[in-house]
Amino acid sequence: MADTHSVIGTKNKKGQTFTDTWAMMNDAPRTPSFFTGSEVIKEALRRASCDVMIAYPITPQSEAAALIGELFAEGYIGDYFRGESEFAVMSQCAGAAFGGARVFTTTAGPGTMRAMENFPMWSGARLPIQMIVTCRGINSPLSIQPDTLEIAYLLNTGMLVWHAETAQDFFDWILKGYMVSEEPDVHLPLALCCDGFFVTHTKDVVNLTPADMCLPPYDPYRSPVPCMDMECPPVRMMRDPFVMKSNYISYATHASWQQEVWAAVERSRKHTIKWLNGLIETENTDAEVLIVASGTAVSQGREAIRLLEDEGIRCGLVKIKVLRPWPGEEIREATKNAKHIIVPEFNVTGWLAKEIRATIPNSERVHSGPRVCGGMTMPPEIIVSEIKTLLGMRTMSLAGRGS
Amino acid sequence: MTQYRVLPGPEHFLPPSAASMGICLPNPGEAHINGVIVPEEQAYEEAAKQFLMAKVPTLFPGPLVLWAWNEKAAKKATAIRHLYNTLKECVQPGQTPMLIPMPDYRPKYPKINPEVEINPNHPNLTIWHNKIDCCMFIGVHCHQANLSLKIIRGGTSCYTIAMCAQAGHEDAMLSFRDASVEKIMRLADAVKRLKGTVTPRLTSAKSGASN
Repeated sequence: MADTHSVIGTKNKKGQTFTDTWAMMNDAPRTPSFFTGSEVIKEALRRASCDVMIAYPITPQSEAAALIGELFAEGYIGDYFRGESEFAVMSQCAGAAFGGARVFTTTAGPGTMRAMENFPMWSGARLPIQMIVTCRGINSPLSIQPDTLEIAYLLNTGMLVWHAETAQDFFDWILKGYMVSEEPDVHLPLALCCDGFFVTHTKDVVNLTPADMCLPPYDPYRSPVPCMDMECPPVRMMRDPFVMKSNYISYATHASWQQEVWAAVERSRKHTIKWLNGLIETENTDAEVLIVASGTAVSQGREAIRLLEDEGIRCGLVKIKVLRPWPGEEIREATKNAKHIIVPEFNVTGWLAKEIRATIPNSERVHSGPRVCGGMTMPPEIIVSEIKTLLGMRTMSLAGRGS
Repeated sequence: MTQYRVLPGPEHFLPPSAASMGICLPNPGEAHINGVIVPEEQAYEEAAKQFLMAKVPTLFPGPLVLWAWNEKAAKKATAIRHLYNTLKECVQPGQTPMLIPMPDYRPKYPKINPEVEINPNHPNLTIWHNKIDCCMFIGVHCHQANLSLKIIRGGTSCYTIAMCAQAGHEDAMLSFRDASVEKIMRLADAVKRLKGTVTPRLTSAKSGASN
């Protein structure tokens, strides 16, 4: 069987050294670089020993997809092509992963929705594909602007779902993501989400690992299912699958299969905690008021906390990095002292607040909002205003508040 | 810390996955017994004891150790044969060790011959037919092994052991990880060491079909 450890220290065709990932991410020197989120995706992929990237244009991920095309031209990606649609792309990703390749793709908004049928299939087939989701509006009338509603649809697909706040998160998590999702006891696809434009199209200082180091290659021999065996599930999808039989045993088999996918999501918890240093990050959780958020709502929360401090109001922060597996225990522990839990979100339904309400005792403490959507920004002042209103303090009237 | 324990069934109409009940896999050098992490050494003793107690201790080698598809697989297969022969040497009259392969994962219901093979989509048929009360999976792809282990726990009283080459299996009652030829041989040595010290049950597995 293949042994990935044997390649550590050797060079690939581009002269990059296959490096122990823990050493590369934690010990190697970092170079500060001023990049957009899209450029950061490219730089992460340069170091990811990726076999196949499949692209389809949809804003705001098109730039990243095009930049990865440049990487292919430079020889850093094994294969790269444009699919016929998002649905085709995700199906082609499955084919490449079934064949034992490390696969990467990017999508956004309506593209995510169009391809949705593939995501539970990826999970059920135990394919560790990594998909960047640069979230944007999904509804009619058309909006290309930031909106995180599509994440809600991904939460029950059996994929791992992470939500990056910054371009730095993005760079690190793309590389670490492969380490988690390719563990044989996990071996699931990862939806690595960010808020479109806010992360993809703004420049930030990102500390990059050396460009002459790269991840060890994917070892398909550690997969929990056989690669590309046309006779056996999960590849054997269309011809006489066991699910098409109408009897108790067939149903029980399918049920056990589904349970195994979610068991794998649970198993990813241990690995994710190791690589991301926890599923959440916290600050001042002894405060009575706590902002709990994911994505760029965390950044806005940080700024709101600074403004509140100026007025003598102490407020803590919980940054949720990982949505699947859901950090239930961590959130219960972090919020145990809070009297008011504020959940700012960039979507109309408030899916994160609903998840938190379902997790903690005394859920009336959860205040779902402020929420903006359709591309609106979330000035920290509206978070401040929401909190002051909750505390019974006077606050100035702000135009354009969400629900 | 979960109170759930991975015990012989029949557990439930649809038993939960052990992972969803908070059972975690062992780290290198460890194993688990009933979902509790133990030093690997303890697991050799317990696995050997379970084999020697069983009326029909059975090994289920899967595709990863069958077919001699590489040198490592061939060596493991030889070690498994050695473990099987050791079991035969060490059991008492009335005990019937078996070696039944899982040659592939194709759904075969209802055509499977449970005397010659086991299939991950309906492993209970083989357990029931042969009244197997203790079994060990080895060389089965992890997803397929977990599928089998859950179905067995759901519908039979068979004690399940996993000798996994990767991270182990919470859905088995006892699981090793990072399986190697050396670990299989150590298990065989433990069986030899405990020979004659364990009282066999000499009653068949409890299940709806076999009793």
